[in-house]
Amino acid sequence: MAGIESYAVYLPVPRLDRADVARVIGGRGKGERPVASYDEDATTMGVEAARAALRGTGGADSLWFATTRPAYLEKSNAATVAAASGLPAEIAAYDVSGALRGGAGALRAGLSAGTSVVVASDVRYGLPGSADEADGADAAAALVVGPDPVAELVGTASLTSEFLDRWRIPGDVRTRTWEERFGVEEYVPLVERVVDDVLGRCELKREQVDHVVISTPHSRARATARRGFEAAQLAAVDTAGLGYAGAADLAVGLALALDAASPGDLVLAVSATDGADAFVFRVTEKHATGRRSGLADAAPGQPVSYGDFLNWRGLLPREPARRPDVKPPVPPASRRTAAWKFGFVAAQCGSCGYRNLPPRRVCLRCSATEGFEPVSMVDVPGRIATFTDDWLSESVQLPARVVAVDFDGGGRFECEMTDAVGREIAIGDRVTPAFRLASVAGNGVRNYVWKVRPHLEEED
Amino acid sequence: MGSHALTTPVAVVGMACTSFGEHWDRNVDDLLVEATHGALGSAGGLGVGDVDAFWLGSMISGVSGLTLTRPLNIAHKPVTRVENMCATGSEAFRNACYAVSSGAYDVVMAVGGEKLKDAGYSGLEMPSVPNDGTPPVLSAPAMYSMIVPAYARRYGVPEEQIKEAMTHIAWKNHSNGARNPRAQFRKEVPKETIAAAPTLAGRLSVFDCSGVADGAAAAVIVRAEDALKYTDTPLYVHALALDAGSGTGRNDSDYDYSDLAEAATSARTAYAQAGITDPATQISLAEVHDCFTPTELVLMEELGFSERGKAWQDVLDGRYDRDGALPVNIDGGLKSFGHPIGASGLRMIYEMWLQFRGEAGDRQVADPRFGLVQNQGGSPGDLVSAVTIVSDRRP
Repeated sequence: MAGIESYAVYLPVPRLDRADVARVIGGRGKGERPVASYDEDATTMGVEAARAALRGTGGADSLWFATTRPAYLEKSNAATVAAASGLPAEIAAYDVSGALRGGAGALRAGLSAGTSVVVASDVRYGLPGSADEADGADAAAALVVGPDPVAELVGTASLTSEFLDRWRIPGDVRTRTWEERFGVEEYVPLVERVVDDVLGRCELKREQVDHVVISTPHSRARATARRGFEAAQLAAVDTAGLGYAGAADLAVGLALALDAASPGDLVLAVSATDGADAFVFRVTEKHATGRRSGLADAAPGQPVSYGDFLNWRGLLPREPARRPDVKPPVPPASRRTAAWKFGFVAAQCGSCGYRNLPPRRVCLRCSATEGFEPVSMVDVPGRIATFTDDWLSESVQLPARVVAVDFDGGGRFECEMTDAVGREIAIGDRVTPAFRLASVAGNGVRNYVWKVRPHLEEED
Repeated sequence: MGSHALTTPVAVVGMACTSFGEHWDRNVDDLLVEATHGALGSAGGLGVGDVDAFWLGSMISGVSGLTLTRPLNIAHKPVTRVENMCATGSEAFRNACYAVSSGAYDVVMAVGGEKLKDAGYSGLEMPSVPNDGTPPVLSAPAMYSMIVPAYARRYGVPEEQIKEAMTHIAWKNHSNGARNPRAQFRKEVPKETIAAAPTLAGRLSVFDCSGVADGAAAAVIVRAEDALKYTDTPLYVHALALDAGSGTGRNDSDYDYSDLAEAATSARTAYAQAGITDPATQISLAEVHDCFTPTELVLMEELGFSERGKAWQDVLDGRYDRDGALPVNIDGGLKSFGHPIGASGLRMIYEMWLQFRGEAGDRQVADPRFGLVQNQGGSPGDLVSAVTIVSDRRP
């Protein structure tokens, strides 16, 4: 039976201290939450997760991309995720956008499709001081589904229920909610019923389940539903303490549970939004417990001030520099160079071996005009050849840190260094590519590019 | 094959330069008319109709030769607009000289003008071809700021020392500009003020960067043999060199951002044409492209004035000061003038025009032998550089 062959979670590096929010808005806040950086959106975070999950797998035939904050409407974001994840043109890539329930829907679709990658990515925010802002988490998770799983699907159940508990009008920042008690009274029975349904189908009892994930934006309903399980069953997801990750929350929770699970364990994952969805997985002998999501090895968080956070979100627009408007990339040029722009594929010269970044018609070293090999630079680390801080940059976050990077095995590229706010850097530092936003132009076109970020895995 | 001195030498017989600055009350037409009429007036009272052909240097202030013909009411003449980024003014001059030297025309004009302040931007807006958004976007100060750590690394000089030399260059050029009525910024700035200014990019502060300005300059060029018909004190052209690099430095891991090879090549070519074997002693004064202070620092080596790795020392020793052995940017440079792209190369030649005619007032250099003008566009690793050598002696 199909199941999850590989999975990964991506958490952005910036962390918002809730006490910092409270100092501005009032009230109380403790702990911190992950925040998408100024150059990240649901698409770039989805790429991070998808790339990590797909590494070492046989790929996928379909891609299902879920988010409530799509970077584009009408234009597919799944297509961008597929291109930047290095997936071939033959992939069927679909957006499951808008509703929170898309996270569960994408997982169901992916599991039904058989060989797929399910990417769930979300950016959670509301008006300053809102619960969504304080208790949200920006995160992405990807699950590669296939016939040779580390967690095989045992059964699913779903219920759909039409009632109004939370809603957001397209274009709005804030989400509105109906009163708490109504939500509890609607959601808790739905969770109870869907759990009973799925366990009944799988001929399992509650106590046989080793790990339980309960994902719902309704915090009181979640607290109540959790009372139906033992603390040990809920522990794996609890330890992360991330906050609610929207359409990505179910997949993130599932990844955390799988990190903690051993072969033979049963995992129950429940999502309650506009109904309820339940999945039961049995962990197979192929599973190696721990760290598989990548969370344990992720970069440490770095604080972002509430002012910067609001600016990044467009909620505290700053006076722009006296510079011309940002020029958007144009579609025909982006199309022609899609392998470079989205896939970061360089051209290695067959004559002299030098890697041309970007690809050129004439080798910059030996002037050869043919015999170039496409070579993906996405997983190639490099070193900082030189750098500067640019206070006059178009970047949202100043100063922009611009670096020239010499990649291992050859090739030089200048770009912005990201995840480096306030970080001391030096010539020779190790860096690794990251898919990010350069800018969003006045016409709404988002300029996705490859940048570099600190390379933490093998610092020497 | 090769680059040669002009078989038929040429001379500048008339020149003019507007004041550079924020000309809120004048448009590019006004500036071009002032420079053109001024240059003609100084060439023994030539009229526009006496000029056989025109070369106009402008990057963003208009397209085609009509940018010049319309305001001047020039009709039925060949007018060519040229552009080579910040080396545009030198490029207009170079092409105009070739036209005379070739025998195609008897009297030509090189005109450079730019109106930048109307855009309301700080810094330059570079025209760009619609693209895929992947070329790195960084400000010009950021591009040139990369010289500082690279030069420090290459020669084992502490960055503090380089910053001190940069501060000296800014101080020197502002001090020179304070004596020049055409300069935009005419105030001496104490070194302490320069050193304490907050950074804009890397180690560059606002005092390490040249400003934006409006301005125009023009030159009348004839065959050297005809020069004395127009003026008793012509300025003769000994060398015209241009080097456009492959523009690949920023994608080539062999490039370390510490040199401006195109400047060195264009200088070498020019020295060969002028028969100069020891520029450090044979050049009496130089106007160089001080778009940013580290640019001027490195240029002292690229032009052969200082030994490699030693320019910072020579700068601090005052070798390039107004009263030094080889005054550099004695008119105040881009630092004091600002940089109206199409005009800057011709503004530099204008200082030579004044100096070699003994008309530079209290900036006057005694008995100059050769004067060098270096004007460049682009950034380290992605550069065009033009070098012009002039004197008052006929080649």
